[in-house]
Amino acid sequence: MKPGPLYQRDRQWHPPALTPDYKTSVSRSPQYSMISLETTVSEITGPVFGHNDIDPIDKDLLSNYAKPGESPIGERIILHGRVLDENARPIPNTLVEIWQANAGGRYRHKKDTYLAPIDPNFGGCGRTISDADGYYHFRTVKPGAYPWRNWVNNWRPAHIHMSIFGTAFAQRLITQCYFEGDPLIAKCPIVNSIPDPQAVEQLTARLDLNATIPLDTIAYKFDIVVRGRRSILFENRPEGN
Amino acid sequence: MRQELNYLKETPSQTAGPYVHIGLAPGAAGFDIYRQELGWDIAGPNARGERIRVEGCVIDGMGSPIKDVLLEAWQANAEGIYAHPEHDGEVEEGFRGWGRVITDFDTGEWGFDTVKPGPVTNADGRVMAPHISLWIVARGINVGLQTRLYFEDEADANAADPVIGLIEWERRRQTLIARRSERDGKPVYRFDIKLQGQDETVFFDI
Ligand SMILES: [Fe+2]
Repeated sequence: MKPGPLYQRDRQWHPPALTPDYKTSVSRSPQYSMISLETTVSEITGPVFGHNDIDPIDKDLLSNYAKPGESPIGERIILHGRVLDENARPIPNTLVEIWQANAGGRYRHKKDTYLAPIDPNFGGCGRTISDADGYYHFRTVKPGAYPWRNWVNNWRPAHIHMSIFGTAFAQRLITQCYFEGDPLIAKCPIVNSIPDPQAVEQLTARLDLNATIPLDTIAYKFDIVVRGRRSILFENRPEGN
Repeated sequence: MRQELNYLKETPSQTAGPYVHIGLAPGAAGFDIYRQELGWDIAGPNARGERIRVEGCVIDGMGSPIKDVLLEAWQANAEGIYAHPEHDGEVEEGFRGWGRVITDFDTGEWGFDTVKPGPVTNADGRVMAPHISLWIVARGINVGLQTRLYFEDEADANAADPVIGLIEWERRRQTLIARRSERDGKPVYRFDIKLQGQDETVFFDI
């Protein structure tokens, strides 16, 4: 038994390309059908990262941009969880990158002009590599909601953008992590690009009191699942012959 | 009661949004935070094979270049070997085969330097023409788009490629072929990616 192609991606679980309530998708969504094929060696493989690529401080957004002795303003949180595949196997040694607005909802980006102030002690990005059991963790501040141009009055729920590699280029994924209890989740056209409410639940981090540091930092848990792989139990004949 | 299958569901995708640079290319967002950004050197100094440049634009349904795209490239070395433990064979010291680029905020142009990959033998023994896999994310793209860049000067290999062969329409196959020219004596391949329209690039559900 050896690992084979990836499981087919469930396109009815992901958002479709065209989601008119998220207006930017209208001119950026391919209209022809994608060509479907089983993953080849070009997609079963993918980049490998090691601890030489990043530094331990990269995962601590409370300190990775702060001046010595200072820290960003906002609710101190730990964001932690595991990277798993659809077979519930942990994915070790995989790169997880995050970015987010500060506690006021402002991004450190030359294109963000929202009137909430830049926090001089907050960069807003972090990265880490999952451990041998697939665990990852970051320390940061809880991001603020922010307005965006779509309808006249749209506000993004608090969210952290996440980028995950897995071990295969076809597992490559970008998503957003939301926080339980946020009333803006249900009103967001980007969230609502996802058709299945259960899938939205999967993007909603839970408060995890067991992982908090008492009198210091509150914690949220967010597991990430990348595509699983078939086991080759029997060799089949090549396609088309 | 029937048994449960107990598979997990893949985490659903969400758009990378307009500020993807903060996380994946912070220098472009306007600040320095990491000792090194990742993905700027695909081939490394020791890679054998032809040194090439690849350039293009990502064009939306209105015909405008998109200026907030991030692309990642994944390719084999000139011998057709991927820098990955599951692919048999050695790659040159420093060859990663993975790159990450963003489009210019004013023009929408992207480009990277690499070596031209060799043909790759798939697990089923069939040979794929030299190609670079590309993954494209941006504001307004809900799930990262996957496509492949093939090379104009590999016409015979392209004609025999099992993936190109899945595309029924000759016109659509052409959307995957990068056009070769020379600049300052160095080969440059042009690969514009069109998200909509009659010449919409072929994307793969792979
Ligand atoms: Fe955001």
